[in-house]
Amino acid sequence: MAEPKSRRIFWILWGILSVTIAGYLLVGLLAKSAATNPLLAPARQVFLPGKTSHGHYQIELACESCHKSPFGGREGLQESCERCHGQELKDAVDKHPRSKFTDPRNADLLEKLEATLCVTCHVEHRPEITRPMGVTLAGDFCFHCHQDIAKDRPSHQGMAFNTCNSAGCHKFHDNRALYEDFLAKHLGEPAVLGKVTLPARNFHEVAGSFPGYPADRFPLNPQTAPDAPADLMKSQEAVGDWLATAHARSGVNCSGCHQVEKEGAKGWVRRPDHKVCATCHEPETKGFLAGKHGMRLAEGLSPMTPGRARQPMHAKARSAELGCTSCHSAHRFDTKKAAVEACTGCHRDEHTVAYERSPHFALWKQELAGELPAGSGVSCASCHLPRDEYRVSGTSARRTLVQHNQSDNLRPSEKMLRPVCMSCHGLGFATDALADSKLAQRNFLGKPAVNIKSLDMVAKRVKEVEETRRQKDAAAKK
Amino acid sequence: MKSSKTMLAILTAAGLTAALPAHAQVSYKDMADALHAVMESDRTVYTRMVVNRLQNEEKVIKASEHFKDDKALPLPAQMFRFGAEMVAEKKMPFSYSLQSLWPINKQNMPKTALEKKGLEAVANDNTKPFYGEETLGKTKYFTAVYADKAVAPACVTCHNEHKDTPKKDFKIGQTMGGVVLRIPMK
Repeated sequence: MAEPKSRRIFWILWGILSVTIAGYLLVGLLAKSAATNPLLAPARQVFLPGKTSHGHYQIELACESCHKSPFGGREGLQESCERCHGQELKDAVDKHPRSKFTDPRNADLLEKLEATLCVTCHVEHRPEITRPMGVTLAGDFCFHCHQDIAKDRPSHQGMAFNTCNSAGCHKFHDNRALYEDFLAKHLGEPAVLGKVTLPARNFHEVAGSFPGYPADRFPLNPQTAPDAPADLMKSQEAVGDWLATAHARSGVNCSGCHQVEKEGAKGWVRRPDHKVCATCHEPETKGFLAGKHGMRLAEGLSPMTPGRARQPMHAKARSAELGCTSCHSAHRFDTKKAAVEACTGCHRDEHTVAYERSPHFALWKQELAGELPAGSGVSCASCHLPRDEYRVSGTSARRTLVQHNQSDNLRPSEKMLRPVCMSCHGLGFATDALADSKLAQRNFLGKPAVNIKSLDMVAKRVKEVEETRRQKDAAAKK
Repeated sequence: MKSSKTMLAILTAAGLTAALPAHAQVSYKDMADALHAVMESDRTVYTRMVVNRLQNEEKVIKASEHFKDDKALPLPAQMFRFGAEMVAEKKMPFSYSLQSLWPINKQNMPKTALEKKGLEAVANDNTKPFYGEETLGKTKYFTAVYADKAVAPACVTCHNEHKDTPKKDFKIGQTMGGVVLRIPMK
């Protein structure tokens, strides 16, 4: 018996709809452009197996960033982890490098913890088991290999398995400010070390000695007349802003940024992007792209906006797109504004809101008022975008520049100890302050209510070692 | 005509092959000895010509465990370990480490039964290496242990004076530990 016509039409429509939906989802999954296409992004979203961690949520739709090959497995993921985090781990002198676990003598440890792969401890898309630092292991992972630590260090007798990290003593990867001899070297330091200033940026002084510095484009001579075509120069304010900058003083004219070479021909670009800035500011741009402000751009996505952030942000800033000029403002490039107002204009978390009541801000105000020398104030950038000194490859020049990856010294916050806190504060005070999360929320208004015992333990041990040496010397003299 | 030429070529090739010595298979022991010869020589050169000369004799620069912070030379043991880590990163079919029955860092104590046996053997007689086989994980290894002797005054002074050392009376020429070298067996 033939099917009624209406039912046939229903099945045909159902078939067409099914194929359309399947096709839409398939394109969303397979087309790389789906991550940036507002129509296809929802299709890709369907395939996310779970909420991503704070470290990766910005790029969660760029599946290919981590899953380079659909059949790459855990090893394939490892390559992606190392692409972004490998250098950071090397710089941190990782205490648990892969090579430690690939050594056959540690085969028993490897059976307990497959620590040759990042994803053993940091599984993505599993919010229900994700703990601080993106760790997805149970909290007793140190215990598996170090349960008999008290044999070597009697002072550790009776310590609970979950105190290795919380005591401010040990970190799995980065222990640059936590090793015993370092603590011993900084015992008894005062809370404030004295009058200190940030090292001054010195790009202009050393730029001329860079191998391959494009001196033809940027002649390092002060510029007084803008070289933009007259028909394009509509804002005298922009010219005034530019004339007041280090750019004008250092030979960077309008054409230096706006005349960009593309496919062999030079053309005028109205809004140069971060790639143009990288011509001279390569390390700064690299840092920006590695951090949370620029990681979307680094993965070929649209720029990050405060509206996409998980942290509290001001509603008025929701749609601001983050690039170099969003903090530095085009033409003016006011580093003072970039150091505070650019941050507080978007961020609305407790720590940021409390900044204006903090002793750090009081110093910053005094610096702005000319009451203290340059570099005396503590801005947002002083701590979150610290100044690093590095040797310029191929020359003897040492350049002081701003680390533009503001995530570099966060999570865990102990990463700030050496490059930031200890510039002004004693190690003991700084360790206690960082461990006091309520104090951090108040932007360090007040004194630490937490006392980390690691320095006391080291002080005791130093005394014991000295006493043993004294006894040995006395015995030798007899 | 063509086929006879081909036959001649084949016979010549076969004759040459028979006349040449077959590629000798390098034994695990020979391979381990050769690798160790390079390691030991490099490390001795670094210890004598860099660390001992610059730190102890000419007093130009110190060597320190925290060489980056102290702007000093890496210790010979660290130089050796960094090399071992680099080899591990290259995924070479062998691995090696520096261990001791009296280590400053307790992680460098022998762990496997064979390591302990080997380190004890070279401590008792440092004139010959120790060889053995062991299975770790699911892999069988040829394991060789070579005596690591104090080759310069810097070795004994640093070890004897270190706050974490369990032995404070090392003398030049004595065995301080051993190089444990492993090759996975097929």
